[in-house]
Amino acid sequence: MLKGLIGKKIGMTQIFDEQGVAYPVTIIEAGPCYVTQVRTTEKEGYSAVQLGFAEVHPKRLTGGQLGHLKVKEIPALRYLREFRAKEHGLNVGDKVTVDTAFTLGERVDVMGVSKGKGFAGVIKRHHFNGMNATHGTSDRERAPGSNGSGTTPGRVYKGARRAGHMGVDRVTTQNLKIVMLDVERNLLGINGAVPGPKGGLILIKESRKQ
Amino acid sequence: MSNILKALEAKPNEKIPQLSSGDTVSVHVKIKEGDRERIQEFKGIVIRLRKGGNDSCFTVRRMASNGVGVERTFLLRSPRIDKVVVERHGKVRRAQLYFMRERTGKSARLKQKFD
Repeated sequence: MLKGLIGKKIGMTQIFDEQGVAYPVTIIEAGPCYVTQVRTTEKEGYSAVQLGFAEVHPKRLTGGQLGHLKVKEIPALRYLREFRAKEHGLNVGDKVTVDTAFTLGERVDVMGVSKGKGFAGVIKRHHFNGMNATHGTSDRERAPGSNGSGTTPGRVYKGARRAGHMGVDRVTTQNLKIVMLDVERNLLGINGAVPGPKGGLILIKESRKQ
Repeated sequence: MSNILKALEAKPNEKIPQLSSGDTVSVHVKIKEGDRERIQEFKGIVIRLRKGGNDSCFTVRRMASNGVGVERTFLLRSPRIDKVVVERHGKVRRAQLYFMRERTGKSARLKQKFD
């Protein structure tokens, strides 16, 4: 079975287990997803499944998008994402839900697009330590300091860590545990934080570290 | 908070009565030691209440020996709390009683509120 789903981040909360231990949990509205295309080694050179998520009014999609979904009478879907899978036994039009994809207690990797931080300095962006706040320091507390050596090499090496745009990157958080599974409402509860803002698109995959 | 998160909230612990800042309470907490379970009592003044669904909590401050203050925060909806007994209502004018941290001895008392 395919271990992958597309979802929407709802937010974070705390839940209690039977022992009364409180866990920090991110709630994700995951699926139902539809298989929109199956890629095979013979045809495309690799094996994967394309899933679609989030039903929308057909008017919201372009003709090409609708044509791609029309083959097996799949509803109009906003997002299409591909998941690599070798043996999945899925066909176009199949529905993938929370319970078919994952089980309780399973470890997963979660991908999202991180929140934008704008133009960020080196302390926030690269975890520099900054300078002294006292001992005569003025206006240099969060400055990056030196960029390199002197006459030799006479230039700044490429890849030097500087201030710049931060966030809006694709971020993967690995090895998170599924602690809640709600089939009725298509919800997944994942222990810990997940990249991205509330309402952001989230991809959930089988954990690589197993 | 979104409606989905609201729907996921745990039921309020029925053994916890309505609390307010300044109350002298004794909190009975279930503690697990190996496979044995026992109940520990923590008695003090409620100095803070935080509301927010599953994250609701309250902080109890008590004076331990040698005038050392001990504060403990409990989750309001935690099933670990066996029961909470309100022993006395204190007369206070604010919601967060952080000023109690600077007080010891006689000045660390609160007037009783009768209702």
